[in-house]
Amino acid sequence: MIRVRPPFPSPFYPPPLSPPLVPPSSPSSLSPSLWRLQPTYASCPRPLAEECPASSALQRRRLWRWPWWRRRRRRQRRSSGSCQGQPAGPLGGPPASGGAVPRGSMAMNYNAKDEVDGGPPCAPGGTAKTRRPDNTAFKQQRLPAWQPILTAGTVLPIFFIIGLIFIPIGIGIFVTSNNIREIEGNVFMYYGLSNFYQNHRRYVKSRDDSQLNGDSSALLNPSKECEPYRRNEDKPIAPCGAIANSMFNDTLELFLIGNDSYPVPIALKKKGIAWWTDKNVKFRNPPGGDSLEERFKGTTKPVNWLKPVYMLDSDPDNNGFINEDFIVWMRTAALPTFRKLYRLIERKSDLHPTLPAGRYSLNITYNYPVHYFDGRKRMILSTISWMGGKNPFLGIAYIAVGSISFLLGVVLLVINHKYRNSSNTADITI
Amino acid sequence: MNIEHERYLQANNKEFNSIFVYPNNTIKTSKYSVFNFLPLNLFEQFQRLANAYFLILLFLQLIPQISSLTWYTTMTPLMVVLSITAVKDAIDDLKRHQSDDRVNNLPVLLLVNGKMKEDKWMNVQVGDIIKLENNQPVTADILLLSSSEPYSLTYIETADLDGETNLKVKQAISVTSDMEDHLELLSAFNGEVRCEAPNNKLDRFSGILTYKGKNYFLDHDKLLLRGCIIRNTDWCYGLVIYTGPDTKLMQNSGKSTFKRTQIDHLMNVLVLWIFLGLGIICFVLAVGHGIWQNKKGYHFQIFLPWEKYVSSSAVSAILIFWSYFIILNTMVPISLYVSVEIIRLGNSLYINWDRKMFYAPRNTPAQARTTTLNEELGQVKYVFSDKTGTLTQNIMIFNKCSINGKLYGDTYDKDGQRVTVSEKEKVDFSYNKLADPKFSFYDKTLVEAVKKGDHWVHLFFRSLSLCHTVMSEEKVEGMLVYQAQSPDEGALVTAARNFGFVFRSRTSETVILVEMGKTRVYQLLTILDFNNVRKRMSVIVRTPEDRIMLFCKGADTIICELLHPSCSSLCDVTMEHLDDYASEGLRTLMVAYRELDEAFFQDWSKRHNEACLSLENRESRLSSIYEEVEKDLMLLGVTAIEDKLQDGVPETIIILNKAKIRLWVLTGDKQETAVNIAYSCNLFEDEMDEVFIVEGRDDETIRKELRTARNKMKPESLLDSDPINIYLTTKPKLPFEIPEEVANGNYGLIINGYSLAYALEGNLELELLRTACMCKGVICCRMTPLQKAQVVELMKRYKKVVTLAIGDGANDVSMIKAAHIGVGISGQEGVQAMLNSDFAFSQFQYLQRLLLVHGRWSYNRMCKFLSYFFYKNFTFTLVHFWYAFFNGFSAQTVYETWFITCYNLVYTSLPVLGMSLFDQIVLKTTYWTMISHVIIWGSLGFYFCMSFLLYSDGLCLAFPDVFQFLGVVRNALNQPQMLLSIILSVVLCMLPVIGYQFLKPLFWPISVDKVFDRIQECRRLPRQSPVRTKLKHSSTRRSAYAFSHKHGFGALITSGQTMKSRMSKKNTLFSKR
Repeated sequence: MIRVRPPFPSPFYPPPLSPPLVPPSSPSSLSPSLWRLQPTYASCPRPLAEECPASSALQRRRLWRWPWWRRRRRRQRRSSGSCQGQPAGPLGGPPASGGAVPRGSMAMNYNAKDEVDGGPPCAPGGTAKTRRPDNTAFKQQRLPAWQPILTAGTVLPIFFIIGLIFIPIGIGIFVTSNNIREIEGNVFMYYGLSNFYQNHRRYVKSRDDSQLNGDSSALLNPSKECEPYRRNEDKPIAPCGAIANSMFNDTLELFLIGNDSYPVPIALKKKGIAWWTDKNVKFRNPPGGDSLEERFKGTTKPVNWLKPVYMLDSDPDNNGFINEDFIVWMRTAALPTFRKLYRLIERKSDLHPTLPAGRYSLNITYNYPVHYFDGRKRMILSTISWMGGKNPFLGIAYIAVGSISFLLGVVLLVINHKYRNSSNTADITI
Repeated sequence: MNIEHERYLQANNKEFNSIFVYPNNTIKTSKYSVFNFLPLNLFEQFQRLANAYFLILLFLQLIPQISSLTWYTTMTPLMVVLSITAVKDAIDDLKRHQSDDRVNNLPVLLLVNGKMKEDKWMNVQVGDIIKLENNQPVTADILLLSSSEPYSLTYIETADLDGETNLKVKQAISVTSDMEDHLELLSAFNGEVRCEAPNNKLDRFSGILTYKGKNYFLDHDKLLLRGCIIRNTDWCYGLVIYTGPDTKLMQNSGKSTFKRTQIDHLMNVLVLWIFLGLGIICFVLAVGHGIWQNKKGYHFQIFLPWEKYVSSSAVSAILIFWSYFIILNTMVPISLYVSVEIIRLGNSLYINWDRKMFYAPRNTPAQARTTTLNEELGQVKYVFSDKTGTLTQNIMIFNKCSINGKLYGDTYDKDGQRVTVSEKEKVDFSYNKLADPKFSFYDKTLVEAVKKGDHWVHLFFRSLSLCHTVMSEEKVEGMLVYQAQSPDEGALVTAARNFGFVFRSRTSETVILVEMGKTRVYQLLTILDFNNVRKRMSVIVRTPEDRIMLFCKGADTIICELLHPSCSSLCDVTMEHLDDYASEGLRTLMVAYRELDEAFFQDWSKRHNEACLSLENRESRLSSIYEEVEKDLMLLGVTAIEDKLQDGVPETIIILNKAKIRLWVLTGDKQETAVNIAYSCNLFEDEMDEVFIVEGRDDETIRKELRTARNKMKPESLLDSDPINIYLTTKPKLPFEIPEEVANGNYGLIINGYSLAYALEGNLELELLRTACMCKGVICCRMTPLQKAQVVELMKRYKKVVTLAIGDGANDVSMIKAAHIGVGISGQEGVQAMLNSDFAFSQFQYLQRLLLVHGRWSYNRMCKFLSYFFYKNFTFTLVHFWYAFFNGFSAQTVYETWFITCYNLVYTSLPVLGMSLFDQIVLKTTYWTMISHVIIWGSLGFYFCMSFLLYSDGLCLAFPDVFQFLGVVRNALNQPQMLLSIILSVVLCMLPVIGYQFLKPLFWPISVDKVFDRIQECRRLPRQSPVRTKLKHSSTRRSAYAFSHKHGFGALITSGQTMKSRMSKKNTLFSKR
């Protein structure tokens, strides 16, 4: 199919000089000078970009120098259709009514020289199907594009802006992190272990998530991944696997040694230390019987454990698989030195600090052996801010990156100033 | 399995023919069937290194002791990659199946038991007689028995076979053509055919038909090949000789040689290096694990006991080696090959879609016939170009002539100045009703001479209108259309026609001319046809006045030696004219005649007939017979034909030169013609320091010539101290590479085919190469097709550069195939070259866009793609190496399995692909189109969506063992540290890149940067318009005539000996409606 463009003038930007559509070889009623180069082109080294394929993109750059209206025309010309066999209409005729004019009217602006092939684009008579490729932006690789240009004007501000934004943020983070005092607000009590490879591959996979999710068949027939802590004495272990088996089971108690010699125990909250999703979705006790013990019937405790899983806590909401200490332990640490949340010390009132200054004593019920593998245990008390616990790293990193960026900006500015004019283009001819 | 040496068959005898078990006419181009598709396709796919690697990985992962990743992390990408390829293959094959089916089920009229019966193509057997009608494709290779046309001529179009669109004529032998369409005769026909076994030679066939006890010689003029189309012939009957896979068409559709690009090679090398790197990394980690196991793991057994089968840390280390082998598999890019194919396909489509490479007059867009070579286009260093039809249009225009020592064709104004074309006035040919309106001539004196009745001028044009093998067609009264074997001939006959010597029609025995309005019938006695050795053709005719005349035309060098001594003075004058013509780049041809004595002719004719009938040495006997009569010729004159350059050729060559792409012209033409064209298309310039000519006839001379040339260009290259000479004396083993040498100026080299034959041998080939490569332009003339390929091969062998061969004719096929990239010009000479090419378009000037835009972009895109691709895989994978030091080298992954599964295939494939399809490098900037944005942000968004989906409650609860990371995304993204860290990492990663990109053009500029600066400079300071390059060259150079490299119709025209009853048809012969 050959689409023939109606010879309407452009309704939007009636061109001052309208190039005829006929190729140069055809006789034209218009003066040939009309479709010669327009003055703006003349500054370019080549008469027409299309003569040199490589310059088509250069030409795109050249758009910048065009007056805005010509830029628009240019773009329209590009989007105009596949066949320009019709002669142009009357020059600058009255604009046709707005949007009703088909896009094809833009063909009016088609510079005959835009086509390299020269000959009449439409076969005489218009019967033969033209195999001329579609003139779409996509197919002609002329998609509108954003071209991030790395010139001094764009790069240097970026560096300075990054510097100016990052340094304050870094300082803010750093100060926030440093201001975390150990005794104000809700205090978090952690236990820490070193040299403990909770991230060992065989350790990490040694668990059965179905079992932990309360699946009754997995409860009695745990996954093979749990080996060698899958069955003990012919009974399935619940919870199975090396992770559960190695659960941290020291008991930490904190006492304030006040003026009177009786140590006052600090209330440590066991609940609220695990992710809500873990506690309520991921971990579930198996279904069935009234008592937790009944639900775990037919299973045995992990080898290292002192008591079975249904006796982890007296609170039924914190017992069995949904025991929060257990849940926290089951979320394996990424590094061999890690800390895990153990207890919460809630602030009682706004008037008193959570942990007032004074002497404290920590009572550890030692169940958990670490000396075999040269491990270390720690207890950490910390409050947290809007951005987590005390950790100066992020703040320092921000300050560092911001400073580097700013410094680079200055260096680049100097370099640019010094070397800008020594362009080495002498050997390039266009 | 015995190989068929000779084919033996009998017409209409199924029992007899079935002894030989010839295949039926079914063709099968498809590769797979429903049953063997899966195994065969998978087998083919697993031959790829990467695919096989992943299959092995899959098996490794199934071993629980070492499986560090679940099986689906490898399985999913592998399945996707395999299925994409399989689907593509299946679709391709389905298309082939469909076209096979369509072709096999076409109807054909088969002679069965004395009646014509319609049957399917696939049921046609050897020995069957079939009937073909006008415009039908030929079913199989058949022996023409009879046709509706006089003399049992049959016209065919062979476009599918050799791409030539002009009609060809085939003729049946008389004994069979007598059967015409009498079915009873045809059914009773029991001729036996002995012929050669199936082969792929399109222009050769020999066989013997034995019928009624007599033997008849069969050649390829009697064979209609499958793939041709019957034209202008109402019906014809044929005996099936070759069927299905035996047909010449199918025999020719052999496997095309598969060209690989350097990037392909690089990719394979990279993959191998990656394998090696992978092995080293795994080994290091395994050692690390062993040590860790000894120092820490052993003691950690309280919480993590060793497996039972692990007796020592060494065993554990061995297992870990394989575990890491699995984990680090993402270093080997599984989707690399698929991605590369997609990118290449995309870039090929851009070439097909490019309007700037569309040639409207012929309605042909550019065509990337091979989709695997795009990026190679950007690296082309040497272009080997044919001349005729590639640089030139191969459109011949009768421009000038010299008749009996008088020049015609130039027009002068009153002052005796030559008039340029635009000011000239066309000669009025209105006195001649049969003139071709498109023909233009400007010199009125020639027309006046014709009108005056100048004897020599008349004889000259009579000779032109008689001595040729052109066929004429007169569909409408007075509208003659000539079918010429070569454009030169067409131009000459057309010229004669316009001046009033109209060649109107011919039969096998007569040529009908309309001489100045009067119809005259010449008896055509013999055609002494053209061939490459003779470089001339002659006809012997009996004029209406009963004189026997021989008219001859041919190359001047040949004809001069055949002239009668009496015309030596005329010859001298004419030679001067020849020089003039040559200096203008015109193709010249000498015309001569001789009157023959009746008795001499009768005697000669007898011997000629004998030679014609001889089966052995027919060619050589004929040519010696020809020589007997082609002597003592009387010179008539010289014709000059203009060989027009294609549009934009000089400009293109200038630009290619600027891009440091060297152009070598390899042509079969004469040296003078080629040099002329070289000057006119800017390959050589007048300002060149020197143009060396190598035309030695033996080794030593050629070596001396080459060395003298090199001594001028770079004297130090002849010294023993030259590094290349030192290198060569060490006698390095092949393949070695000759480095680039730079000459001290602009030089050109011309070498002819004869010298080249020596130069391409032994030590001389290095001399040749080194000398030629220092020159700006090289012209090799008088080249055979094989030599063209040899030159390309030579370059490929010693210079590790990418070569491109461009040509349009069948003689360029070998070089097109030999070069890294073959470009076919779909031009006048048919499409043989195009069919063998990797890229095809119709104008030489598009080469510029192909190389400098598409090639450059493709190359840059591919390189960026590879960098990007390896970068993203490496960063992704090497994290595991780092992490190994923290997890006891236990092959624990940092990422969870689904992320690993999706990373290559889903999250990161589109940005990479997008960049490699839309990036444009002309500016030094990245080119972000809308699509790029959609892809990049889309991929990011998609990642987050996928993460939320994969970690969602529903999915994790449904498959708690597969999706273990319930709620992780929610909890992690809730934390401000996480978001702050992401921002920090992104900025930290971008800063050095931006800084480097900014500094690079200042300190380490590459040419693109310089160009960019230059553009800006130009924009600031407008330059004056460039000086027009001078295109015409005025100094005197010799040119010569060149025939096209084909045999004429001559033998066919004269061999029509059969007299038919339908005499009425005789007059309309060759002027079919």
